[in-house]
Amino acid sequence: MTKVRVAGAGITKFGRHPERTSRDLFAEAGATAIEDAGVARDDVEGVYYGNFMGELSEHQGHQGPLAAEALGVQAPATRYESACASSGVALRQAVRDVRNGEADVLVVGGSERMTNLSTAGSTEALAIAADELYEVRAGVTFPGAYAMMATAYFEQFGGTREDLAHVAVKNHANAVGNEHAQYQREITVEAALDSPAVADPLHLYDACPVTDGASAVVLVSEDYAETNDLDAGVAITGTGQGGDRMALQDRENVATSPAATEAAEEAYADAGVAADDVDLAEVHDCFTIAEVLALESLGFFETGEGITAARDGITTQDGALPVNLSGGLKAKGHPVGATGTSQVAELTKLLRGDHVNSEHVPEARVGVAHNAGGTVASAVVHVLEEVAE
Amino acid sequence: MTEDDEPVRDAGFDEFLDALADGEGYYVECANGHGSLPPRRVCPECGSADLDETPLPDSGEVATYTRVHVPAPSFADDAPYVTAVVDFGPVRLTGQVQADVEDVEIGLDVEPGFGETETRGERLVVFEPR
Ligand SMILES: [Zn+2]
Repeated sequence: MTKVRVAGAGITKFGRHPERTSRDLFAEAGATAIEDAGVARDDVEGVYYGNFMGELSEHQGHQGPLAAEALGVQAPATRYESACASSGVALRQAVRDVRNGEADVLVVGGSERMTNLSTAGSTEALAIAADELYEVRAGVTFPGAYAMMATAYFEQFGGTREDLAHVAVKNHANAVGNEHAQYQREITVEAALDSPAVADPLHLYDACPVTDGASAVVLVSEDYAETNDLDAGVAITGTGQGGDRMALQDRENVATSPAATEAAEEAYADAGVAADDVDLAEVHDCFTIAEVLALESLGFFETGEGITAARDGITTQDGALPVNLSGGLKAKGHPVGATGTSQVAELTKLLRGDHVNSEHVPEARVGVAHNAGGTVASAVVHVLEEVAE
Repeated sequence: MTEDDEPVRDAGFDEFLDALADGEGYYVECANGHGSLPPRRVCPECGSADLDETPLPDSGEVATYTRVHVPAPSFADDAPYVTAVVDFGPVRLTGQVQADVEDVEIGLDVEPGFGETETRGERLVVFEPR
C-alpha cells in the first residue's frame, strides 16, 4: 500500500465575500495549494470537491467540472456532499485512491458561498442537513438541533453555559493571528454569555458564523513525492468514517456522538496511534457543544468530562492538547463544503511549522482532524503525522 | 405531472400525520420489537421486512428540548417556540410543545397531537403537557 503525503495546502480568507462565486473562491484556494505543492498541473489526475448548498445559494449543481476548470486542470472531477463533512469525505476517498495506487496526484478541496443569502435564507439552507420530514417540519433549525444535544448533555453530565463560553473564547483567541480567519479578534466570557439567544441554551457566540470560503490540499503518493523531490513532510496515516441515524429522534443518546467515536477508532487503528499520541487537533466546533462532543469521541476525555477542557486550560494554546489552533469553525468560519479540507490544510501547516500558531506546538508530530456532517450523522476523522526526515 | 397548485403528499409520512390528527397515531414495529416511523420498507435497526403499524402510546416523556429564537422562514411568526424530542418507549418523535419553556423539563409527560404552524398553516406534530 502506497503512503499518502500532503504536498500542498491553500485556503482563501474566510469571511464575507457575498459577490464571489464558489468557483472563484476555489480557484484561489486550489491555485495556492498547487503552487505550495510544486506539482505540475498536468500531473493532477483528479479533483475531489466538497460543496453543500450550491443549488440553494447559487442555483448551481454539478460543481465538479467547474472546480477542475477553475484550477486549469484537465482531469475528471466529482462533487461530494455530506453536509458539513463534504470535503472531509472527499478527502477520505482521495486518500484511499492514492493508497490503492489509483492515482499519484489528486487535488482535494471544497468551496461554499453563503453570505449572499439573507440570515433567514442561510438558516433555511443549513436546515436541509437535518431530516426534512421529522425535524425541519417540526421547526428544528441547525442551532436548534445542537441546542437539544446541549440540553441533553447538561442533564446527563452537568455543565453550564459558562463552560461552553470558554470554548468560544479559546477559539477566538487562536484566530487572532490567523490571516485566513473570519474573526481575528478576542471575545470575553461575559460577552459570550450576554450575546443574544439563538436556541436555548445556545447563544450567538456559541455558534459558528455564516462564511464564504474555499480550501484545498494536494495529495501525492510517497513515490511521487520522492521522485519529484517534493517538500512534503506531512503524511495522512489514518482515515476513518462513521455513521448514525439522520434524525436526533432516532438515536439512543443525543448527548454523545457515536459516529465520530467510530470514525476515530478506525482512523487511530489505521494509523497505528492511540488518542494519547495526539499532539493537537482541529475539531468540528460548529457550535461550542460540538467541540465538547468531539473531544469525547476522539478519546481525549471520558464521556461527560470534555465540558471543562477549555475552561481548565487543557485545550488552550499553551495547554497539554491544543484544540482548534486555527480558530476552529467558531472563529475561523464555516464555509460548509470547505471546512473538512481547511482543517487538514491548517494542520499541515501547524505540523510543518509555517503556521502562525506553530510556535505553540513546536514538538508536535501527530495531528487529528474531525469533520462532522449535520448533527454528526456523518463523521470523518483523519490522522496526520510529520514524517521524520 | 400534477396541477401547479395541488400539493403533492409524502406517502407514508402524510398518512402518519392524518392518523395523528385523528387521535390514532401509530409507529412501525418490526418482528423483533424495534420501533421506527414511516415510511419504512424494512426496520432500520435489523432489516426485518415484517412490519406492523402499532398504536403510539398515549403519552411520552420529553427526552430533550430547546426554545428556538431564530427560526427558518417557514416558522418566522411561530418563534420563539419550544421544540422537543419525546420518548414513547419503542419510538421517539419530534414536535412543538404547547407550553412556555419555563414549564418544560426533561422527563415531562406529554401527549402527542396535531396542529398547524402560525406562519404558513403547515401541518405540525405538537405535544400537550398532561
Ligand atoms: Zn427490527
